[in-house]
Amino acid sequence: MDSFLNTKRPPVFCPGCTHERITKAVDAALVKLNLEADKTVLVSDIGCSGLFDTFFNTHALHGLHGRALTYAAGIKLANPDLNVIVTMGDGGLGIGGAHVLAACRKNLDLTLIILNNFNFGMTGGQYSVTTPSDAVVGSEFLNQAEIPIDICEIAKSGGATWINRCSGHDSSLPDILCEAIKHKGFSIVETLGLCTGRYTKRNQLTPKVIDEMIERLPNYSGIVEKNQRPEYGEQYRNLANQQKNFPELFKVDKIFDLKDMKRQEIVILGSAGMRIVTAGDMVCYAAISAGFNASMKNDYNITVLRGQSVSELILSPEKIGYAGIESPTVVIALSDEGVQRRIKLFSKLEPSTFLLKEKSVSIPETSATVVEIDFKEYQIKKQDWALASLGFIAGKNQGITMEMLDFALKSRFKPAVYESAIEIVKKLATITM
Amino acid sequence: MALSFMEGNEAVARGAISAGCSFFAGYPITPASTIFSNMLTMLPPNGGICIQGEDEIASMGYCIGASMAGRKVLTATSGPGISLYSEQISFAIGSEIPMVIVDVQRLGPSTGSATRGADGDIQFLRWSNTGGLPVVVLAPKDALDCYTLTIHAFNFAEELRCPVFIASNKEIGMTRESVDLDSVELPPIVERKYSEIGKDEINHKYLPFEADKDSVPDFLPIGCKTLVRQTSSTHGADGYITIDPNVIAQSQERLINKILNAEERLTLYEENHRQGADTLVISYGVTSRAVEDACEMLSKKGKAVSTLTLKTLFPIPQKLIREKSEQYQRIVVIEMNMGQYVENITRLLPTKKIVFYGQMNGVLITPAKIMEVIQNG
Repeated sequence: MDSFLNTKRPPVFCPGCTHERITKAVDAALVKLNLEADKTVLVSDIGCSGLFDTFFNTHALHGLHGRALTYAAGIKLANPDLNVIVTMGDGGLGIGGAHVLAACRKNLDLTLIILNNFNFGMTGGQYSVTTPSDAVVGSEFLNQAEIPIDICEIAKSGGATWINRCSGHDSSLPDILCEAIKHKGFSIVETLGLCTGRYTKRNQLTPKVIDEMIERLPNYSGIVEKNQRPEYGEQYRNLANQQKNFPELFKVDKIFDLKDMKRQEIVILGSAGMRIVTAGDMVCYAAISAGFNASMKNDYNITVLRGQSVSELILSPEKIGYAGIESPTVVIALSDEGVQRRIKLFSKLEPSTFLLKEKSVSIPETSATVVEIDFKEYQIKKQDWALASLGFIAGKNQGITMEMLDFALKSRFKPAVYESAIEIVKKLATITM
Repeated sequence: MALSFMEGNEAVARGAISAGCSFFAGYPITPASTIFSNMLTMLPPNGGICIQGEDEIASMGYCIGASMAGRKVLTATSGPGISLYSEQISFAIGSEIPMVIVDVQRLGPSTGSATRGADGDIQFLRWSNTGGLPVVVLAPKDALDCYTLTIHAFNFAEELRCPVFIASNKEIGMTRESVDLDSVELPPIVERKYSEIGKDEINHKYLPFEADKDSVPDFLPIGCKTLVRQTSSTHGADGYITIDPNVIAQSQERLINKILNAEERLTLYEENHRQGADTLVISYGVTSRAVEDACEMLSKKGKAVSTLTLKTLFPIPQKLIREKSEQYQRIVVIEMNMGQYVENITRLLPTKKIVFYGQMNGVLITPAKIMEVIQNG
C-alpha cells in the first residue's frame, strides 16, 4: 500500500502544528512495515491527538480522555494478531497515568505514541503534566508551583521495555516508529512538538529548542536493557493454558432419609480464625444430603484473623425465602466477640433452643437450654472448636446426624484433611450430658 | 433432585460461562470480588481471558476493547465501582458496545459499608450515563436468579448491543444457598448479529452504525476484513463525528427506542396471585423473598395478599405493572432503599392507593415488618 492516509479526511491541525508531521510519519511507518490495514488498529482518546484515528484507513477506536491504553489492551488481549497503535497527548498522559504505568508493568505488545506539546491545546492552552514551570500558559501561575514529569524516566522505572524520546520534527521519526511497532512488548515513543495554536504564541519553542531540550534530557533510543522480559500476552496465555481444571458444579443427591424433617435455624457465634464459615458449610452440605434446602449468611470483618465471625444457617424442607434468622433452633457460642455481635438474640430464645456454649464464653440471660463444654478438657484446639461442636450436635441429632456430617466432610475435604476432621468431630460426638 | 450449594456471585459466574462469556476484567471490591475470583477459575480452562484492571475505569476499558473485538464480556463491581465505571458506561451505551455489568450493591452512600447490603443503586444504574439514555437493569432475588438472569443479560446485551446491568445485592451475592441449576429452563443463547458480508471479505458498503429505524446496527469486530470504526463521540452511521442535527436526533431516538420498544420482551417477573386478595405487593431483589414469606404467613392467617416480583426494573415494565395491578385496590411497594422505584409505580397507577415502606440500615427487611406494613398501611 502506498499510503494509509484517509484522503477523504485530511489532517485539520493548526498551521505549523507538529501533529501533522507525526501523522505523516505514522503513515510512512505503516507503509514501510507493509502492515495489513485490517490487522492494524489505531486507538486514540481526547484532545488534538484524539483526531488521529480519523486520518487512517485502518480499524479505529476513539474513546475517553486518557483511557486509550485500556481499550487497546482489551483489543490486543482479545485478538493478539492485531497491531495496536495508541496515540495520546500530554493531557491523556496525566489523566491516564495509572494506565501508562500498568502498560509499562504488563509489557503487552502495544505501541504508545505520546504527542507531547506541553499544554492542553484543544481546551485553551492550560498547563499539563509536561508543562515547564517557567512556561507561560493558559492557567495563570499554576504551572509555576509544580514541576513537569519526565515520562521516559517514569516508564523506565515502571518496567517499559522499549522507550524512545525524539522530536516530532526528527526526519528519522518514521524509522523510530517502525522500530517501536516491531518491538514485541510495550513500546513508547515520546515525541516533543509545537502547539502553534496555543503554546508557541507565548513561549519561545522552535524545533531547534526542542532538539536542545532532548540533548539535555536523559537519552532514550529504544530497548531498555534492564527491563527486557517476555511479552505479557504470551506470558498470560502460557500461564492461563496451565489452568486445566474447570471447577465443575458439585452436586449432592438426597441420600439420607430423615423421618422428622423440621426447619432448623442454626447460629454459630465465633471469631475469625475459628473456621466458622467452614463449619457452616459442612452443616449445609450435610443437610442437603438429606434433601434439605440450605442457606448460609456470614458476618465477619473485612480484616482477617481478627474480630467476630458469625454464620447463620437455615435448613429447611421448604424453599427458603427470607434468609435471616428469626427463631434459632441451635445456637453455638464459641467466643465472646461472636456473642456480643448477636447479643440481642439471647433474650428471645425459647427453651426449645439448644444452646451449646464453650466454658470460657459468657452469655447473657436466656431461656434456651444451655449445655456447657470445656473444650480444653478434651484437648481441642481453638481453631477446631467449631468443627468439634458439629460433632456434638450431630451426636445429639440436633438438625444433622453423624452420618450426614461424615458424608459432608468426606465429600468436601481431601482424604488427609477428612481424617483429621473426623477425628476432631468424634471427640464430642459421644458425650452425654 | 441434586442440589449445589453456592453464593449468588458464583451463580453469576456460572451463568456467564453458560452464556458464552469469554472475557472478564474487574477490580477487587467487596461484595463483588468473588465474581472475579470465580471467573478467574472458570475462564482460563475454557480458553477465555480474565484480567484484573489497574482500576475500575481500566476494567471497563478492557471490556470495551474486548467486546469490540467480538468477545462476550462481563465485569462486576459494587456501587463505588459503578461511580468510576460511569464514563465508560456512557461510551458503551452511546456507541452500542455489548457487555454485562454486575453491581453487587452494598450500603451507600460513598464507600458506605463493604459488607452490608442495600438496593441503593437502582436509580444510579438507570441514570449513570451522560445523556440519560435508557438502560436494561435486571434484579435477581436469589442465587438461582443470579444464574438465569446473567444468561438473559448476555442475550439482551448481544441482541440490543448495549450494556445490561444486574442489580445484585450483598445479601444475594455473598449468601450461599442450595440451588438446582438443572431445574431451570434456560433461554436459547443469543449471538451478536454480524453484518452478512464483511467479516472475511471486504464490504465497502459497511457502515458501523447503520440501522433501520429503532433497530440495532449489524456488528463487525475490530480486526475483521472490513475496517471498523468505533468512537465515543457523537457520530453518524459511518462512525465519524457529526454535527448534523437530523442525524444526531435520529440516532438518539434510535438509541432510546431500541430499548423502550423491547419492553415486553425484556420483562421478566414472578407473580403469586392469591384468590380474594385486594392488595398486591410489588417488590424486587432479595426483599421479595421476605415479601413472599410475609404473604404466605398472612395467607395462613386467612388474609390473602398477592405478590408481584419484578426481575426487570428497566426499561420499566409498564404494561406488566398496569395489567397485574388492575384488579387490586391497594398496592404495597417494599424496597431495600429509601424509595427509588416506588415513584415509577405511583406514576403508572395514579388511581390506586400506594403504600410504601423502605429501609436502608444494613439489614434485611423482615417478613414481620412487611406483614405490619401490609396490615396497617
